[in-house]
Amino acid sequence: MNDSVIQVRDFRKIYGDVVAVDGISFDVQRGEIFGLLGPNGAGKTSTLESLEGLRTPDGGSLQVMGVDPAHQSRKLRNLIGVQLQTSALPDSITVEEAMKFFCAYHGVAPRYDLIDRLGLTEKRGAQHHQLSAGQQRRLVLALAIAHNPPVLFLDEPTAGLDVASRVELHNLMRELQAGGTTIMLATHDMAEAAEMADRVAILLRGKFAATGTPLDITATGAGLTKISVRTQGSSLSDSDITFPAVRRHVSKDEYSIYFSTDIGPTVSAIIDHIKSQGDTLIDLRVERPSLEDRFLEITTTGGIR
Amino acid sequence: MSAFMNHFSFEFRTGIRNKELLLMNYLFPLGFYVMAGMFMTELNPAFRETVIPSMILFAIMVSMLLGLPQPLVTAREVGIFRSYKINGVPAISILTIPALTTMLHTLIVAVVITATAPLIFDAPLPVNWPGFIVVFLLTAFAFIGISLLISVISSSSRATVLWSQLVFLPSMLIGGLMITPDMLPDALARIGMLLPSTYSMNAFQRLAQNWNIGFDPYWSLAVLLAGGMLAFGLAIYLFCWDSHNRTRRGHPLLALLALLPYALGALFLS
Repeated sequence: MNDSVIQVRDFRKIYGDVVAVDGISFDVQRGEIFGLLGPNGAGKTSTLESLEGLRTPDGGSLQVMGVDPAHQSRKLRNLIGVQLQTSALPDSITVEEAMKFFCAYHGVAPRYDLIDRLGLTEKRGAQHHQLSAGQQRRLVLALAIAHNPPVLFLDEPTAGLDVASRVELHNLMRELQAGGTTIMLATHDMAEAAEMADRVAILLRGKFAATGTPLDITATGAGLTKISVRTQGSSLSDSDITFPAVRRHVSKDEYSIYFSTDIGPTVSAIIDHIKSQGDTLIDLRVERPSLEDRFLEITTTGGIR
Repeated sequence: MSAFMNHFSFEFRTGIRNKELLLMNYLFPLGFYVMAGMFMTELNPAFRETVIPSMILFAIMVSMLLGLPQPLVTAREVGIFRSYKINGVPAISILTIPALTTMLHTLIVAVVITATAPLIFDAPLPVNWPGFIVVFLLTAFAFIGISLLISVISSSSRATVLWSQLVFLPSMLIGGLMITPDMLPDALARIGMLLPSTYSMNAFQRLAQNWNIGFDPYWSLAVLLAGGMLAFGLAIYLFCWDSHNRTRRGHPLLALLALLPYALGALFLS
Protein backbone atom coordinates (compact mmCIF):
# COMPACT_ATOMS: atom_id res chain seq x y z
CA MET A 1 0.00 0.00 0.00
CA ASN A 2 1.32 3.42 -0.92
CA ASP A 3 1.54 5.49 2.27
CA SER A 4 3.62 8.40 0.99
CA VAL A 5 3.61 11.43 3.24
CA ILE A 6 6.01 13.43 1.08
CA GLN A 7 5.87 13.19 -2.69
CA VAL A 8 8.35 14.99 -4.90
CA ARG A 9 8.13 14.72 -8.68
CA ASP A 10 10.62 16.26 -11.15
CA PHE A 11 11.32 19.08 -8.70
CA ARG A 12 13.45 21.89 -10.10
CA LYS A 13 14.77 25.01 -8.41
CA ILE A 14 16.68 27.64 -10.35
CA TYR A 15 18.41 30.80 -9.11
CA GLY A 16 19.25 33.00 -12.09
CA ASP A 17 21.53 30.86 -14.26
CA VAL A 18 22.20 28.30 -11.53
CA VAL A 19 20.15 25.12 -11.46
CA ALA A 20 20.15 24.28 -7.74
CA VAL A 21 17.89 21.23 -8.03
CA ASP A 22 17.50 19.48 -11.35
CA GLY A 23 14.40 17.34 -11.61
CA ILE A 24 14.58 15.08 -8.56
CA SER A 25 11.76 12.70 -7.57
CA PHE A 26 11.30 10.77 -4.36
CA ASP A 27 8.70 9.63 -1.83
CA VAL A 28 8.94 9.50 1.94
CA GLN A 29 6.70 6.99 3.68
CA ARG A 30 4.74 7.51 6.89
CA GLY A 31 6.89 6.97 9.97
CA GLU A 32 10.10 6.92 7.99
CA ILE A 33 13.28 8.85 8.78
CA PHE A 34 14.62 10.02 5.44
CA GLY A 35 18.14 11.45 5.36
CA LEU A 36 19.06 14.06 2.79
CA LEU A 37 22.81 14.21 2.37
CA GLY A 38 25.07 16.21 0.12
CA PRO A 39 27.93 18.65 0.08
CA ASN A 40 27.29 22.39 0.50
CA GLY A 41 25.41 23.78 -2.50
CA ALA A 42 24.08 20.38 -3.57
CA GLY A 43 20.45 21.51 -3.28
CA LYS A 44 19.48 20.13 0.15
CA THR A 45 18.29 23.42 1.60
CA SER A 46 16.42 24.37 -1.58
CA THR A 47 14.61 21.02 -1.43
CA LEU A 48 13.81 21.28 2.27
CA GLU A 49 12.74 24.91 2.10
CA SER A 50 10.49 24.23 -0.87
CA LEU A 51 8.83 21.41 1.05
CA GLU A 52 8.45 23.78 4.03
CA GLY A 53 6.74 26.39 1.83
CA LEU A 54 9.57 28.90 2.12
CA ARG A 55 10.50 28.73 -1.56
CA THR A 56 8.49 28.26 -4.72
CA PRO A 57 9.52 25.45 -7.08
CA ASP A 58 10.46 26.34 -10.65
CA GLY A 59 9.25 23.00 -11.95
CA GLY A 60 7.67 19.72 -10.94
CA SER A 61 5.36 19.12 -8.03
CA LEU A 62 5.71 18.79 -4.27
CA GLN A 63 3.18 17.44 -1.80
CA VAL A 64 3.32 17.10 1.97
CA MET A 65 0.39 15.11 3.37
CA GLY A 66 -1.48 15.93 0.18
CA VAL A 67 -0.86 19.66 0.56
CA ASP A 68 1.01 21.79 -1.98
CA PRO A 69 3.50 23.74 0.18
CA ALA A 70 3.83 26.64 -2.25
CA HIS A 71 0.12 27.40 -2.47
CA GLN A 72 -1.47 26.01 0.68
CA SER A 73 0.75 27.40 3.41
CA ARG A 74 -2.14 27.82 5.86
CA LYS A 75 -2.98 24.12 5.64
CA LEU A 76 0.67 23.19 5.82
CA ARG A 77 1.57 25.01 9.02
CA ASN A 78 -0.02 22.52 11.44
CA LEU A 79 1.15 19.52 9.44
CA ILE A 80 4.86 20.26 9.67
CA GLY A 81 7.40 21.09 12.32
CA VAL A 82 10.63 22.67 11.21
CA GLN A 83 13.97 23.07 12.86
CA LEU A 84 15.80 25.49 10.62
CA GLN A 85 19.57 25.37 10.29
CA THR A 86 19.90 28.71 12.06
CA SER A 87 17.97 29.36 15.22
CA ALA A 88 16.01 32.46 14.24
CA LEU A 89 14.07 33.84 17.17
CA PRO A 90 13.85 37.37 18.53
CA ASP A 91 16.81 38.08 20.82
CA SER A 92 14.70 39.17 23.73
CA ILE A 93 12.16 36.33 23.72
CA THR A 94 12.46 34.00 26.70
CA VAL A 95 12.26 30.22 26.45
CA GLU A 96 8.84 30.21 28.09
CA GLU A 97 7.54 33.09 25.98
CA ALA A 98 8.70 31.38 22.79
CA MET A 99 6.82 28.23 23.73
CA LYS A 100 3.65 30.22 24.48
CA PHE A 101 4.05 32.36 21.38
CA PHE A 102 4.37 29.56 18.82
CA CYS A 103 1.89 27.23 20.50
CA ALA A 104 -0.66 30.04 20.46
CA TYR A 105 -0.24 30.42 16.70
CA HIS A 106 -0.64 26.65 16.27
CA GLY A 107 -3.72 26.72 18.49
CA VAL A 108 -2.37 24.25 21.06
CA ALA A 109 -1.51 24.51 24.75
CA PRO A 110 2.15 25.31 25.53
CA ARG A 111 4.26 22.14 25.91
CA TYR A 112 6.44 23.07 28.88
CA ASP A 113 7.25 19.37 29.32
CA LEU A 114 9.38 19.60 26.18
CA ILE A 115 11.39 22.42 27.73
CA ASP A 116 12.16 20.11 30.63
CA ARG A 117 12.74 17.11 28.38
CA LEU A 118 15.29 19.01 26.31
CA GLY A 119 17.19 20.20 29.37
CA LEU A 120 16.08 23.82 29.38
CA THR A 121 14.23 23.84 32.70
CA GLU A 122 16.67 26.24 34.33
CA LYS A 123 16.64 28.49 31.28
CA ARG A 124 12.88 29.02 31.11
CA GLY A 125 13.24 32.70 31.96
CA ALA A 126 16.41 33.26 29.92
CA GLN A 127 16.24 35.36 26.78
CA HIS A 128 17.18 33.77 23.46
CA HIS A 129 20.45 35.69 23.15
CA GLN A 130 21.50 34.46 26.60
CA LEU A 131 21.32 30.80 25.54
CA SER A 132 24.29 28.86 24.20
CA ALA A 133 24.18 27.68 20.58
CA GLY A 134 23.25 24.17 21.71
CA GLN A 135 20.49 25.47 23.99
CA GLN A 136 19.12 27.60 21.15
CA ARG A 137 18.97 24.54 18.88
CA ARG A 138 17.21 22.51 21.58
CA LEU A 139 14.68 25.30 22.05
CA VAL A 140 13.97 25.46 18.32
CA LEU A 141 13.52 21.69 18.27
CA ALA A 142 11.09 21.87 21.20
CA LEU A 143 9.13 24.54 19.32
CA ALA A 144 9.14 22.45 16.14
CA ILE A 145 7.50 19.45 17.80
CA ALA A 146 5.29 21.25 20.32
CA HIS A 147 2.18 21.01 18.12
CA ASN A 148 2.72 17.29 17.39
CA PRO A 149 3.22 17.66 13.65
CA PRO A 150 2.96 14.48 11.60
CA VAL A 151 5.95 15.58 9.50
CA LEU A 152 9.16 16.97 10.94
CA PHE A 153 11.96 18.66 8.98
CA LEU A 154 15.29 18.76 10.78
CA ASP A 155 18.15 20.69 9.24
CA GLU A 156 21.47 19.83 10.90
CA PRO A 157 19.72 19.08 14.20
CA THR A 158 22.79 18.00 16.14
CA ALA A 159 25.15 20.76 15.00
CA GLY A 160 26.55 22.40 18.12
CA LEU A 161 25.05 19.85 20.53
CA ASP A 162 27.10 18.08 23.19
CA VAL A 163 27.14 14.28 23.35
CA ALA A 164 24.38 13.98 25.95
CA SER A 165 22.06 16.34 24.05
CA ARG A 166 22.77 14.49 20.83
CA VAL A 167 21.83 11.17 22.42
CA GLU A 168 18.68 12.75 23.88
CA LEU A 169 17.75 14.15 20.49
CA HIS A 170 18.22 10.76 18.83
CA ASN A 171 16.06 9.11 21.50
CA LEU A 172 13.43 11.76 20.91
CA MET A 173 13.56 11.17 17.15
CA ARG A 174 13.05 7.44 17.69
CA GLU A 175 10.11 8.10 20.00
CA LEU A 176 8.54 10.41 17.45
CA GLN A 177 9.11 7.87 14.72
CA ALA A 178 7.52 5.16 16.86
CA GLY A 179 4.51 7.46 17.26
CA GLY A 180 4.17 7.68 13.46
CA THR A 181 5.97 10.96 12.81
CA THR A 182 7.74 11.17 9.47
CA ILE A 183 11.12 12.85 9.75
CA MET A 184 13.15 14.40 6.98
CA LEU A 185 16.69 14.90 8.15
CA ALA A 186 19.30 16.99 6.37
CA THR A 187 22.70 16.46 7.87
CA HIS A 188 26.41 16.52 7.23
CA ASP A 189 26.91 14.00 10.00
CA MET A 190 27.23 10.66 8.21
CA ALA A 191 27.31 8.68 11.44
CA GLU A 192 24.01 10.28 12.42
CA ALA A 193 22.48 9.52 9.02
CA ALA A 194 23.69 5.93 9.14
CA GLU A 195 22.35 5.47 12.66
CA MET A 196 19.04 7.26 12.37
CA ALA A 197 17.84 7.20 8.77
CA ASP A 198 15.80 4.35 7.28
CA ARG A 199 16.73 5.61 3.84
CA VAL A 200 19.10 8.26 2.60
CA ALA A 201 19.50 10.18 -0.62
CA ILE A 202 22.77 11.79 -1.61
CA LEU A 203 22.31 14.97 -3.60
CA LEU A 204 25.09 16.09 -5.86
CA ARG A 205 24.85 19.18 -8.07
CA GLY A 206 21.07 19.15 -7.84
CA LYS A 207 20.59 15.47 -8.73
CA PHE A 208 20.41 12.29 -6.73
CA ALA A 209 23.72 10.48 -6.90
CA ALA A 210 22.50 7.60 -4.73
CA THR A 211 19.38 6.60 -2.84
CA GLY A 212 18.58 3.65 -0.60
CA THR A 213 19.12 2.37 2.90
CA PRO A 214 22.49 3.29 4.43
CA LEU A 215 23.42 -0.38 4.12
CA ASP A 216 22.47 -0.50 0.43
CA ILE A 217 24.49 2.57 -0.31
CA THR A 218 27.60 1.38 1.49
CA ALA A 219 27.27 -2.04 -0.17
CA THR A 220 27.09 -0.72 -3.72
CA GLY A 221 30.33 1.23 -3.61
CA ALA A 222 33.73 0.27 -4.87
CA GLY A 223 34.97 0.69 -1.31
CA LEU A 224 37.21 -2.00 0.09
CA THR A 225 36.15 -4.03 3.11
CA LYS A 226 38.75 -4.17 5.84
CA ILE A 227 39.42 -7.68 7.23
CA SER A 228 41.66 -7.77 10.30
CA VAL A 229 42.94 -11.21 11.38
CA ARG A 230 45.02 -12.29 14.37
CA THR A 231 46.32 -15.83 14.82
CA GLN A 232 48.19 -17.65 17.54
CA GLY A 233 51.00 -18.70 15.21
CA SER A 234 52.62 -17.02 12.27
CA SER A 235 50.62 -18.58 9.45
CA LEU A 236 49.81 -15.17 7.97
CA SER A 237 53.20 -13.56 8.44
CA ASP A 238 54.45 -14.49 4.99
CA SER A 239 53.81 -11.47 2.84
CA ASP A 240 53.84 -13.55 -0.33
CA ILE A 241 50.56 -15.33 0.52
CA THR A 242 47.74 -14.16 -1.71
CA PHE A 243 43.99 -14.41 -1.11
CA PRO A 244 41.21 -13.85 -3.63
CA ALA A 245 39.81 -10.31 -4.09
CA VAL A 246 42.45 -8.76 -1.82
CA ARG A 247 43.76 -5.47 -3.15
CA ARG A 248 46.06 -4.48 -0.31
CA HIS A 249 47.66 -6.07 2.74
CA VAL A 250 49.32 -4.48 5.77
CA SER A 251 50.44 -5.73 9.18
CA LYS A 252 49.79 -3.76 12.32
CA ASP A 253 49.81 -4.62 16.07
CA GLU A 254 49.91 -8.41 15.53
CA TYR A 255 47.06 -8.16 13.02
CA SER A 256 47.21 -8.94 9.34
CA ILE A 257 44.89 -6.52 7.61
CA TYR A 258 43.46 -7.27 4.16
CA PHE A 259 41.45 -4.86 2.02
CA SER A 260 39.06 -6.91 -0.08
CA THR A 261 36.59 -6.16 -2.85
CA ASP A 262 34.63 -9.33 -2.06
CA ILE A 263 34.67 -10.48 1.55
CA GLY A 264 33.10 -13.95 1.08
CA PRO A 265 35.92 -15.60 -0.90
CA THR A 266 38.58 -13.66 1.00
CA VAL A 267 37.43 -14.69 4.49
CA SER A 268 36.91 -18.33 3.42
CA ALA A 269 40.39 -18.48 1.92
CA ILE A 270 42.00 -16.92 4.98
CA ILE A 271 40.29 -19.41 7.34
CA ASP A 272 41.21 -22.34 5.08
CA HIS A 273 44.81 -21.16 5.01
CA ILE A 274 44.99 -20.85 8.81
CA LYS A 275 43.55 -24.36 9.23
CA SER A 276 45.86 -25.83 6.62
CA GLN A 277 48.86 -24.39 8.45
CA GLY A 278 47.66 -25.88 11.77
CA ASP A 279 47.36 -22.41 13.23
CA THR A 280 44.58 -21.09 15.53
CA LEU A 281 42.40 -18.07 14.81
CA ILE A 282 42.25 -15.61 17.74
CA ASP A 283 40.36 -12.66 16.26
CA LEU A 284 38.72 -11.78 12.95
CA ARG A 285 37.02 -8.45 12.30
CA VAL A 286 35.24 -7.32 9.17
CA GLU A 287 34.59 -3.59 8.72
CA ARG A 288 32.40 -2.52 5.85
CA PRO A 289 33.07 0.90 4.29
CA SER A 290 31.14 3.48 6.30
CA LEU A 291 28.47 5.77 4.86
CA GLU A 292 31.04 8.54 5.16
CA ASP A 293 33.52 6.55 3.01
CA ARG A 294 30.78 5.97 0.46
CA PHE A 295 29.68 9.60 0.58
CA LEU A 296 33.22 10.77 -0.08
CA GLU A 297 33.55 8.27 -2.91
CA ILE A 298 30.31 9.48 -4.50
CA THR A 299 30.98 13.16 -4.07
CA THR A 300 34.53 12.94 -5.42
CA THR A 301 33.79 10.66 -8.36
CA GLY A 302 30.37 11.94 -9.33
CA GLY A 303 28.55 8.92 -7.96
CA ILE A 304 25.89 6.63 -9.36
CA ARG A 305 22.21 7.00 -9.94
CA MET B 1 -4.81 33.91 25.51
CA SER B 2 -5.22 34.29 21.76
CA ALA B 3 -2.23 34.26 19.46
CA PHE B 4 -2.76 37.95 18.71
CA MET B 5 -2.82 38.96 22.38
CA ASN B 6 0.17 36.75 23.12
CA HIS B 7 2.12 38.33 20.28
CA PHE B 8 1.00 41.82 21.33
CA SER B 9 2.02 41.22 24.91
CA PHE B 10 5.45 39.94 23.85
CA GLU B 11 6.06 42.88 21.50
CA PHE B 12 5.00 45.37 24.17
CA ARG B 13 7.44 43.89 26.68
CA THR B 14 10.14 43.93 24.00
CA GLY B 15 9.60 47.68 23.62
CA ILE B 16 10.76 48.09 27.22
CA ARG B 17 13.15 45.14 27.55
CA ASN B 18 15.20 45.97 24.47
CA LYS B 19 17.57 48.82 25.36
CA GLU B 20 17.48 50.44 21.92
CA LEU B 21 13.70 50.39 21.86
CA LEU B 22 13.53 51.69 25.42
CA LEU B 23 15.71 54.57 24.31
CA MET B 24 13.56 55.34 21.27
CA ASN B 25 10.21 54.78 22.96
CA TYR B 26 10.84 56.56 26.26
CA LEU B 27 14.27 57.91 27.14
CA PHE B 28 15.00 59.99 24.04
CA PRO B 29 11.50 61.55 23.66
CA LEU B 30 11.14 62.30 27.36
CA GLY B 31 14.74 63.51 27.72
CA PHE B 32 14.36 65.77 24.70
CA TYR B 33 11.04 67.03 26.04
CA VAL B 34 12.66 68.09 29.31
CA MET B 35 15.68 69.65 27.61
CA ALA B 36 13.70 71.41 24.85
CA GLY B 37 11.11 72.53 27.37
CA MET B 38 13.79 74.14 29.57
CA PHE B 39 15.82 75.81 26.84
CA MET B 40 13.27 76.64 24.17
CA THR B 41 10.82 78.26 26.57
CA GLU B 42 13.66 80.49 27.78
CA LEU B 43 14.77 81.41 24.27
CA ASN B 44 11.31 81.67 22.77
CA PRO B 45 8.49 82.05 25.34
CA ALA B 46 5.91 81.42 22.61
CA PHE B 47 7.23 77.87 22.40
CA ARG B 48 5.38 76.99 25.60
CA GLU B 49 2.14 77.32 23.59
CA THR B 50 3.22 74.39 21.39
CA VAL B 51 5.22 72.32 23.87
CA ILE B 52 2.54 69.64 24.20
CA PRO B 53 1.73 69.06 20.49
CA SER B 54 5.30 69.48 19.28
CA MET B 55 6.80 67.18 21.90
CA ILE B 56 4.10 64.58 21.36
CA LEU B 57 4.76 64.78 17.64
CA PHE B 58 8.48 64.44 18.37
CA ALA B 59 7.81 61.34 20.50
CA ILE B 60 5.73 59.83 17.69
CA MET B 61 8.46 60.50 15.14
CA VAL B 62 11.26 59.09 17.29
CA SER B 63 9.49 55.90 18.28
CA MET B 64 7.91 55.31 14.87
CA LEU B 65 10.63 56.47 12.48
CA LEU B 66 13.76 55.69 14.48
CA GLY B 67 12.53 52.83 16.66
CA LEU B 68 10.05 50.76 14.67
CA PRO B 69 11.72 49.95 11.31
CA GLN B 70 15.12 48.72 12.52
CA PRO B 71 13.95 45.64 14.51
CA LEU B 72 11.68 44.64 11.62
CA VAL B 73 14.51 44.82 9.09
CA THR B 74 16.85 42.93 11.43
CA ALA B 75 14.19 40.27 12.03
CA ARG B 76 13.82 39.77 8.29
CA GLU B 77 17.61 39.72 7.76
CA VAL B 78 18.31 37.07 10.41
CA GLY B 79 15.44 34.83 9.34
CA ILE B 80 12.96 35.43 12.17
CA PHE B 81 10.18 36.04 9.64
CA ARG B 82 10.93 32.62 8.14
CA SER B 83 10.38 31.02 11.53
CA TYR B 84 7.19 33.02 11.84
CA LYS B 85 5.97 31.93 8.41
CA ILE B 86 6.61 28.26 9.13
CA ASN B 87 4.69 28.55 12.37
CA GLY B 88 1.74 30.34 10.85
CA VAL B 89 2.32 33.92 12.03
CA PRO B 90 0.51 36.02 9.40
CA ALA B 91 2.35 38.83 7.61
CA ILE B 92 -0.26 41.32 8.77
CA SER B 93 0.51 40.46 12.44
CA ILE B 94 4.22 40.87 11.84
CA LEU B 95 3.58 44.42 10.63
CA THR B 96 0.63 45.58 12.70
CA ILE B 97 1.50 44.22 16.15
CA PRO B 98 4.85 46.04 16.55
CA ALA B 99 3.15 49.13 15.12
CA LEU B 100 0.33 48.93 17.67
CA THR B 101 2.67 48.32 20.60
CA THR B 102 4.86 51.23 19.51
CA MET B 103 1.72 53.34 19.38
CA LEU B 104 0.88 52.25 22.92
CA HIS B 105 4.36 53.24 24.15
CA THR B 106 3.93 56.60 22.42
CA LEU B 107 0.54 57.03 24.01
CA ILE B 108 2.11 56.54 27.45
CA VAL B 109 4.74 59.15 26.64
CA ALA B 110 2.04 61.48 25.32
CA VAL B 111 0.12 61.14 28.58
CA VAL B 112 3.28 61.92 30.57
CA ILE B 113 3.98 65.00 28.43
CA THR B 114 0.40 66.23 28.58
CA ALA B 115 0.21 65.73 32.33
CA THR B 116 3.54 67.33 33.22
CA ALA B 117 3.98 70.16 30.67
CA PRO B 118 1.45 72.50 32.36
CA LEU B 119 3.15 71.92 35.72
CA ILE B 120 6.77 72.19 34.60
CA PHE B 121 6.63 74.64 31.69
CA ASP B 122 3.31 76.39 32.26
CA ALA B 123 2.16 74.99 28.90
CA PRO B 124 -1.52 75.33 27.99
CA LEU B 125 -3.58 72.15 27.86
CA PRO B 126 -5.55 71.34 24.70
CA VAL B 127 -8.94 73.02 24.72
CA ASN B 128 -10.56 70.41 22.47
CA TRP B 129 -9.77 66.98 23.87
CA PRO B 130 -11.60 64.87 21.27
CA GLY B 131 -9.82 66.84 18.53
CA PHE B 132 -6.51 66.35 20.34
CA ILE B 133 -7.02 62.57 20.54
CA VAL B 134 -8.10 62.30 16.91
CA VAL B 135 -5.07 64.26 15.72
CA PHE B 136 -2.80 62.11 17.89
CA LEU B 137 -4.25 58.89 16.49
CA LEU B 138 -4.13 60.01 12.87
CA THR B 139 -0.59 61.35 13.23
CA ALA B 140 0.54 58.06 14.75
CA PHE B 141 -1.23 56.19 11.97
CA ALA B 142 0.44 58.28 9.24
CA PHE B 143 3.90 57.72 10.74
CA ILE B 144 3.21 54.02 11.33
CA GLY B 145 2.48 53.68 7.62
CA ILE B 146 5.70 55.42 6.63
CA SER B 147 7.77 53.45 9.16
CA LEU B 148 6.36 50.12 7.99
CA LEU B 149 6.98 51.10 4.40
CA ILE B 150 10.59 51.94 5.27
CA SER B 151 11.03 48.61 7.04
CA VAL B 152 9.59 46.71 4.07
CA ILE B 153 11.60 48.38 1.30
CA SER B 154 14.94 48.77 3.14
CA SER B 155 17.48 46.36 1.78
CA SER B 156 19.64 46.51 4.93
CA SER B 157 19.92 48.02 8.38
CA ARG B 158 22.08 50.83 7.01
CA ALA B 159 19.51 51.68 4.35
CA THR B 160 16.85 51.76 7.07
CA VAL B 161 18.71 54.44 9.02
CA LEU B 162 19.11 56.45 5.85
CA TRP B 163 15.44 56.29 4.87
CA SER B 164 14.29 57.04 8.43
CA GLN B 165 16.55 60.07 8.70
CA LEU B 166 15.37 61.26 5.31
CA VAL B 167 11.92 61.76 6.84
CA PHE B 168 12.93 62.53 10.44
CA LEU B 169 15.43 65.35 9.94
CA PRO B 170 13.37 67.47 7.50
CA SER B 171 10.35 66.94 9.74
CA MET B 172 12.30 68.40 12.65
CA LEU B 173 13.57 71.35 10.64
CA ILE B 174 10.72 72.34 8.33
CA GLY B 175 7.84 70.18 9.54
CA GLY B 176 6.39 72.74 11.96
CA LEU B 177 7.83 71.33 15.19
CA MET B 178 10.42 73.96 16.02
CA ILE B 179 9.57 76.63 13.48
CA THR B 180 6.05 77.38 12.28
CA PRO B 181 5.57 77.26 8.47
CA ASP B 182 4.74 80.99 8.30
CA MET B 183 8.27 81.74 9.54
CA LEU B 184 9.81 79.69 6.71
CA PRO B 185 10.58 80.88 3.15
CA ASP B 186 7.72 79.97 0.80
CA ALA B 187 9.67 77.29 -1.05
CA LEU B 188 10.72 75.55 2.19
CA ALA B 189 7.21 75.82 3.60
CA ARG B 190 5.93 74.16 0.41
CA ILE B 191 8.52 71.38 0.68
CA GLY B 192 7.54 71.00 4.32
CA MET B 193 4.05 70.13 3.16
CA LEU B 194 5.41 66.87 1.76
CA LEU B 195 5.90 65.83 5.40
CA PRO B 196 3.15 64.44 7.66
CA SER B 197 4.42 66.48 10.60
CA THR B 198 3.30 69.73 8.91
CA TYR B 199 -0.28 68.51 8.67
CA SER B 200 -0.12 67.10 12.17
CA MET B 201 1.04 70.37 13.73
CA ASN B 202 -1.59 72.28 11.74
CA ALA B 203 -4.32 69.94 12.97
CA PHE B 204 -3.05 70.00 16.56
CA GLN B 205 -3.01 73.78 16.64
CA ARG B 206 -6.34 74.32 14.98
CA LEU B 207 -8.38 71.38 16.22
CA ALA B 208 -6.89 70.76 19.64
CA GLN B 209 -5.89 74.25 20.60
CA ASN B 210 -8.36 76.29 18.56
CA TRP B 211 -5.70 78.53 17.03
CA ASN B 212 -6.77 80.38 13.93
CA ILE B 213 -3.69 79.75 11.77
CA GLY B 214 -2.80 77.63 8.77
CA PHE B 215 -5.24 75.78 6.53
CA ASP B 216 -8.44 73.86 7.19
CA PRO B 217 -7.51 71.20 9.77
CA TYR B 218 -9.97 68.70 8.32
CA TRP B 219 -7.88 68.65 5.15
CA SER B 220 -4.89 67.90 7.36
CA LEU B 221 -6.75 65.00 8.94
CA ALA B 222 -7.77 63.77 5.50
CA VAL B 223 -4.19 63.94 4.24
CA LEU B 224 -2.87 62.10 7.33
CA LEU B 225 -5.55 59.44 7.02
CA ALA B 226 -5.03 58.96 3.29
CA GLY B 227 -1.24 58.97 3.68
CA GLY B 228 -1.41 56.42 6.48
CA MET B 229 -3.80 54.14 4.62
CA LEU B 230 -1.81 54.28 1.42
CA ALA B 231 1.52 53.66 3.17
CA PHE B 232 0.10 50.84 5.28
CA GLY B 233 -1.51 49.19 2.27
CA LEU B 234 1.70 49.47 0.26
CA ALA B 235 3.72 48.05 3.18
CA ILE B 236 1.50 44.97 3.25
CA TYR B 237 1.65 44.67 -0.54
CA LEU B 238 5.44 44.96 -0.68
CA PHE B 239 6.08 42.80 2.39
CA CYS B 240 8.82 40.22 1.94
CA TRP B 241 9.39 37.26 4.27
CA ASP B 242 12.98 36.62 3.51
CA SER B 243 16.14 38.60 2.76
CA HIS B 244 17.58 35.69 0.75
CA ASN B 245 14.50 34.98 -1.29
CA ARG B 246 13.29 38.30 -2.60
CA THR B 247 10.10 37.39 -4.32
CA ARG B 248 7.86 40.37 -3.74
CA ARG B 249 4.71 41.45 -5.45
CA GLY B 250 5.85 44.87 -6.62
CA HIS B 251 8.89 47.06 -7.16
CA PRO B 252 10.05 48.96 -4.05
CA LEU B 253 9.71 52.22 -5.97
CA LEU B 254 5.95 51.76 -5.63
CA ALA B 255 6.48 53.00 -2.08
CA LEU B 256 6.75 56.53 -3.50
CA LEU B 257 2.99 56.40 -4.09
CA ALA B 258 2.61 56.95 -0.35
CA LEU B 259 3.74 60.54 -0.93
CA LEU B 260 0.73 61.23 -3.13
CA PRO B 261 -1.64 62.68 -0.49
CA TYR B 262 1.13 64.93 0.85
CA ALA B 263 2.06 66.04 -2.68
CA LEU B 264 -1.57 66.90 -3.37
CA GLY B 265 -1.68 68.80 -0.09
CA ALA B 266 1.45 70.72 -1.07
CA LEU B 267 -0.14 71.62 -4.40
CA PHE B 268 -3.62 72.56 -3.29
CA LEU B 269 -3.52 73.60 0.38
CA SER B 270 -2.06 76.81 1.72
